[in-house]
Amino acid sequence: MKNLKYITLILVLIIGVVSCKDTSNKKAEVTYQCPMKCEGEKTYSEPGTCSVCKMDLQPISEQTSKIIATDEISDESIFNLTSTWNTEEGTTIQLKELKGKTLVMVMIYTSCKAACPRLVADMRNIEKEIPKNLLNDIDFVLISIDPETDTPEVLKAFAIENFMDDEQWTFLQGSVAGVREFANVLAVKYKQISPIDFSHSNIISVFNAEGELVHQQEGLEVDNKETIAKIIETTEKNE
Amino acid sequence: MKTILRLIIGVFLFFAIQANCQSQMVLIEGGTYIPLYGRDSLPVTINDFEMDVYPVTNEEYLQFVKKYPKWQRSNVKSLFADGNYLYAWKADTILADNQALKAPITNVSWFAANDYCECQGKRLPTVDEWEFVAMANEDLADARTLETYNEFILSWYEKPKTFNNEIGSTFKNYWGVYDLHGLVWEWTSDFNSVLITGESRKDVDTDSDLFCGSAAIGATDLMNYAAFMRYAIRGSSKAKYTMRNLGFRCVKDK
Repeated sequence: MKNLKYITLILVLIIGVVSCKDTSNKKAEVTYQCPMKCEGEKTYSEPGTCSVCKMDLQPISEQTSKIIATDEISDESIFNLTSTWNTEEGTTIQLKELKGKTLVMVMIYTSCKAACPRLVADMRNIEKEIPKNLLNDIDFVLISIDPETDTPEVLKAFAIENFMDDEQWTFLQGSVAGVREFANVLAVKYKQISPIDFSHSNIISVFNAEGELVHQQEGLEVDNKETIAKIIETTEKNE
Repeated sequence: MKTILRLIIGVFLFFAIQANCQSQMVLIEGGTYIPLYGRDSLPVTINDFEMDVYPVTNEEYLQFVKKYPKWQRSNVKSLFADGNYLYAWKADTILADNQALKAPITNVSWFAANDYCECQGKRLPTVDEWEFVAMANEDLADARTLETYNEFILSWYEKPKTFNNEIGSTFKNYWGVYDLHGLVWEWTSDFNSVLITGESRKDVDTDSDLFCGSAAIGATDLMNYAAFMRYAIRGSSKAKYTMRNLGFRCVKDK
């Protein structure tokens, strides 16, 4: 019996070596898998025992871009990303939890003195133009490119200070790797140019309720009519 | 008892195979240098890290997609790779007849490369790390001011289809790393930190402190051109792009 324990332990260790390691400081969500892989790559979200060999399921660490087998989202959807994010309210979410609303997203950082205040103003101006009855179906999401500085507390303070603390506003702090990956999905470029400053693309992106990109507005203080029209059109389609 | 023995033998075999699968790496001793594009021409400090000696090969990538079917051509999400992903392959797990096992894998997106390295317990190199190692020729850690070094890179730009060549077919550099120049372009983890726009023009490094007095005349322009090409590719790439002359290799923190 002791031996069996021993073997199990060794096997678990090996599986640990083999399964994808989490090299970055991502907050991984835990999934479970039979250590013998009796059912191939099948994973479970709850601990338990393998239905084939009755061994205890072992936790495995997720990768950021692990694709969830689901037929509910298309190949183009940002809900394919499985990175985890902290909101300004201190909750932890995955992007797919934003499903069902039109998403208006922008990447900023709170200590930014140059472009971000204007980008934030652009977001507020867009929000102002949206008919009030549609606001329940829209989420304005601001994602920090400086996750080390922009903790949920900092983001919350920023939200209050900028009058963006209502339901329709969400601020997200990710992991360094998760933010890099997300920026790549939006085709946003950014670079840290000093300990406190970043240069970055000024892009506001609109996604439909399925997480598919429908519109991008590039630049600062550009004419946002088209963006507003697109948001309204997308949201009415969701109904 | 027999079962236990068998298991243990199996375990050993498994480890042996694992060890073989892990590609060779060498230690890169960190240092400080000024990249072509940086924070206002400020020196960048690189910590010690390990780097794959060779780019990832067709053979290694084939094993990877067998193990992780989500990266097979027919399963890959269009969010994570464009339509040219592995386009030359015969099928999901079969290379084309003219693709050598030991040639570098190309036509892979940043998402795929990123995931591959993560699954090896490694990561993609940053732009600064990659450029730091790529400054070397056979005997110098920083050969950027040598005309021969730059000529090699520029002559490669003129050669067609070097991506069909096998890994190790170029030179072994100062660190013991092969094929950084002369085979394929390579993905970097933060390639999207290259903002070649109006604002990064001021980052172009024409600082004369960079060049020692013995530098060949015109080395500046050559060097800037050879490196500028790499930055231009990074600046114009999107993460889902896949190109026939763009591969990758992994690194690991020390």
